Amino acid sequence: MDGFFCIDKLNNLIGVLLISGCIAWHTWQAHRGRRSFIRSLPALSAIEDAVGRAVEMGRPVLYIPGIADIDDAQTLASVSVLERVAEDVAAYDMPLLVPNCCSMVMSMTQEVVRSAYAKAGHPESFQSDYVRYLCDEQFGFAAGASGIMMRERPAAIFYIGNFLGEALILAENGNASGAVQVAGTATVSQLPFFVASCDYTLIGEELYAASAYLSQDPMQIGSLKGQDMVKAVIMVIIVVGTILYSLGFTWIKDLLAA
Amino acid sequence: MDSNLDILGLWIGAALSLCIFSFLYRDNPLYRLAEHVFVGVSAGYCMCVGYWQVLHPNLIARLQQGDWRYAFAAVLGTMLLLRLWPKYAWMGRWPLAFMVGIYAGYNIVYTMQAQVLAQIGDTILKLWGNADWTITLKNWLILIGVLSSLTYFYFSVEHKGIIIGNAARVGIWVLMITFGATFGYTVMARVSLLVGRVMFFQDVWMRTARWLGVA
Repeated sequence: MDGFFCIDKLNNLIGVLLISGCIAWHTWQAHRGRRSFIRSLPALSAIEDAVGRAVEMGRPVLYIPGIADIDDAQTLASVSVLERVAEDVAAYDMPLLVPNCCSMVMSMTQEVVRSAYAKAGHPESFQSDYVRYLCDEQFGFAAGASGIMMRERPAAIFYIGNFLGEALILAENGNASGAVQVAGTATVSQLPFFVASCDYTLIGEELYAASAYLSQDPMQIGSLKGQDMVKAVIMVIIVVGTILYSLGFTWIKDLLAA
Repeated sequence: MDSNLDILGLWIGAALSLCIFSFLYRDNPLYRLAEHVFVGVSAGYCMCVGYWQVLHPNLIARLQQGDWRYAFAAVLGTMLLLRLWPKYAWMGRWPLAFMVGIYAGYNIVYTMQAQVLAQIGDTILKLWGNADWTITLKNWLILIGVLSSLTYFYFSVEHKGIIIGNAARVGIWVLMITFGATFGYTVMARVSLLVGRVMFFQDVWMRTARWLGVA
């Protein structure tokens, strides 16, 4: 690499511009008032039902935003979903417990939950120990969160974010506590456990789509539409690239590998 | 030969392990004791590691050496701590916004290279003319699996119709088969963890017996 511009990474720049362009175009279209369709996701439709169940039973809702720090895209997506869950829970003036594994994430979730209670007109209902820090060590966190499940007996549990080896421990304990469980992660190695143990699961990219779906914000839906357009372009590149590669033309594959 | 302290440490570890295992029956005071010790020790350990491996070498030591560029980070960190005082809590949002923006921007290049371009490149494979028919079959399976899975994650259209509906259905089958394989693999890994813990108990008994001079 010489100087400011690395020509070897030109393909990265083109990729970023292409994706950003698609998303920006559709966001702009949404900004101009064009409505876009987005298919329903059963796991997200279940959020309201789960919160409603907690209200009927008079028990708290537990939301676990994963064990990754805020540099992880899944954590950011999780905070978006938390915003909606917190608004629903706060509207009914019910407790929402959010144990955290990372102090920075706790700062964000605390802000989100506090704002939701204030927005719902119940700022006094928010208690600082609703959003709590347990510890950074994943299995220590799992032990602490499992203890909360057993003692607080939440009626609904949400696992949204990046989870690792503690996923099954949490989901099985939640299942044993009798709570309705909604999970969402893009960590492929942990998805099987959530699919097996939870009532509803957001699989992979559905987690990132959740925020747009929940808010029904035209701008966010426009962004999602842009991402779909990128997927269509990727599928075309794969099909055309595969045919050309099979015929002996390697330039598309070389371009991607550079 | 183990010292008295080694043996004591081993027995504390064994006792806490048994306390944790008691959760298999139900929640009980012994599990709670072990849970609180585990969470407390982990949090304390992480705090020490965080100070001596992150905060001290990256910030305090550099400030002591007179590198005042890092004062910016110190100010941001201090602003974050202001969240403890409700009157100044709003100042804590600035470092948060800074960190989220920096991380998002920093990850763009990595994600584009490793998770988009490389993945597309690795999916472009020869569908015919391979030396072995098993490679051809594998390449077809990869292509069909990737395209159908991508169709499943297409949110702008309903999963209906001959092309989209069937492709999405194949996609969810591909995902479930993948999850099944991952499930089995991880269960085996968990069994090996259990084997490790059982061997730990065996080790406790053997070393205690040697310490007592009966083995």
